[in-house]
Amino acid sequence: MAGLELLSDQGYRVDGRRAGELRKIQARMGVFAQADGSAYIEQGNTKALAVVYGPHEIRGSRSRALPDRALVNCQYSSATFSTGERKRRPHGDRKSCEMGLQLRQTFEAAILTQLHPRSQIDIYVQVLQADGGTYAACVNAATLAVMDAGIPMRDFVCACSAGFVDSTALADLSHVEEAAGGPQLALALLPASGQIALLEMDARLHEDHLEQVLETAARAARDVHTVLDRVVRQHVREAAILLGD
Amino acid sequence: MKETPLSNCERRFLLRAIEEKKRLDGRQTYDYRSLRISFGADYGCCIVELGKTRVLGQVSCELVSPKLNRPTEGILYFNLELSQMAAPAFEPGRQSDLLVKLNRLLERCLRNSKCIDTESLCVVAGEKVWQIRVDLHLLNHDGNIIDAASIAAIVALCHFRRPDVSVQGDEVTLYTPEERDPVPLSIHHMPICVSFAFFQQGTYLLVDPNEREERVMDGLLVIAMNKHREICTIQSSGGIMLLKDQVLRCSKIAGVKVAEITELIQKALGNDQKVRKEGGKFGFAESIANQRITAFKMEQAPVDTSEVEEKADEIIAEAEPPPEVVSKPVLWTPGTAQIGEGIENSWGAPEDSEKEDEDEAGSDEAIILDDMKMDTAVDVAGIGGQAAPIVLSDSEEEERIILEPDKNPKKIRTQTVSAKQEKAPSKNPVRKRKKKRAAN
Repeated sequence: MAGLELLSDQGYRVDGRRAGELRKIQARMGVFAQADGSAYIEQGNTKALAVVYGPHEIRGSRSRALPDRALVNCQYSSATFSTGERKRRPHGDRKSCEMGLQLRQTFEAAILTQLHPRSQIDIYVQVLQADGGTYAACVNAATLAVMDAGIPMRDFVCACSAGFVDSTALADLSHVEEAAGGPQLALALLPASGQIALLEMDARLHEDHLEQVLETAARAARDVHTVLDRVVRQHVREAAILLGD
Repeated sequence: MKETPLSNCERRFLLRAIEEKKRLDGRQTYDYRSLRISFGADYGCCIVELGKTRVLGQVSCELVSPKLNRPTEGILYFNLELSQMAAPAFEPGRQSDLLVKLNRLLERCLRNSKCIDTESLCVVAGEKVWQIRVDLHLLNHDGNIIDAASIAAIVALCHFRRPDVSVQGDEVTLYTPEERDPVPLSIHHMPICVSFAFFQQGTYLLVDPNEREERVMDGLLVIAMNKHREICTIQSSGGIMLLKDQVLRCSKIAGVKVAEITELIQKALGNDQKVRKEGGKFGFAESIANQRITAFKMEQAPVDTSEVEEKADEIIAEAEPPPEVVSKPVLWTPGTAQIGEGIENSWGAPEDSEKEDEDEAGSDEAIILDDMKMDTAVDVAGIGGQAAPIVLSDSEEEERIILEPDKNPKKIRTQTVSAKQEKAPSKNPVRKRKKKRAAN
């Protein structure tokens, strides 16, 4: 896309944000009555839905049960209408499998699985509209859903994407910025300790710039944490009011 | 076949060794195993051996019509197969998680980093482009598949030659290799993956884990870089929690390793080119003769023997003194004796052989002691009187020659001698049993 400036001279991006600015985040918890926990998040135009069932008895083969921990099972699916062109395979293709594996890895590290031995926790994530930062939106939605289900976790898991254009690191990439082909980093962080649960990077980035991009992504993830924290508190307050005090 | 589980003691041993900065094959923490690259007779075929992990890579090309949304770019396909010969745990239905992970990582490393110029693969825009297919097969799994596979892929791509094409107006002519020499692909840079295995919640890290180390690791961090120190891919997997400075440190180590490996690759490619140009023999058949493809060679690890004597002295000095020798055996029958009280065996009814063993042990001691006393004392009869055999039970062996108490038993050698040999002269028969050596 020649001629499309990702970062203007005054420091504005295509959608008018500054380099380190996040898109607007809106989230709701307890969206579905049937599931143990559910959440819906909108990060700019990216919309993701997460549903959690569990902890419950292991479905399928009992041999998969772990004697000291719970099994975390994640599935990722992106709707056929989520991208510009209609996707033919919503799930089962390699990319969705990989996303599922990455989500599982992230949450196995964050959920206190030792408290529920020989059981299974299911996390299903569905992307309704993909406008960049799908992994981050999925992780944030899943965190809220796990909290809604009451499953104990070490900390929030907050994720954000970051990129690098014109020697400036950009936080929270939109689809236009991702498609331009520059380096992209997706980071999932536990904000209190600063530990990285998952780190994934694509496309060429010189080693010297790595620190700058990591720092930007970490700061953006902490900003996401502030927003999610506020959402959770609001939800609890509403629930308390409904229960009557 | 299900994977054999790792035993707890092996796991503990590996973890303890890693804590002491030791690896089973003697490498240092940041050392790679030996990397060997061999080429086949065709262009685009290579086998990469990283230690014992072996990956075969093959590149092929075809003229097809391009994708609709990218009419001027060629198509690249990468596929890694975990062959069933690589490990007993790899079965057609069972490998999906690992397979997806490896394939996606390879794809991201090689495709998204744009190491190959896809625009140069276009022949007629919108109609005909080259489709390059890279097929990788894992032949033997000894850990760190991703590194070996990424090296195999990039080496095969560098080695490959596609047929030459010329376009004149509307006419496209595809030349066979005999008409015109095939043309190499245009490769911008060589991304190579480096794996870091983390242990004990990120306290220890190792480069290039082998299969055993992979089983006990907490998680893996893969960094793909090229020799210009540009990071092409980072992927953390497994349940580890990383810190930012760990990632930065790993990227520095990766830079060093990638430079070494790239140099090795260039040398291998250069050698192969030279051999082909000079008309020498090339291909896998040549490598068989040099024992390079079909055999696993155990490389001799150098052992430092400079301080062996001091170490041996230390060990001997600190060793426990030998147990004390009991002085008063009781000879039951010819050939059996007893040391100690003769209390009933508390383990339950002993088998006959066990009892025999105990008694035999006693007899050895008895004979030796008699011997010793022989040396000091002149009076033979006195010795005999002290250790007079009290015949209590039948001996099961007929070929035994009775040892008379007042005769001198010959000095025994501590070597074992079979019973048959003792049949010989009756004067100095000595029964030697092999079970227990003399305590002295």
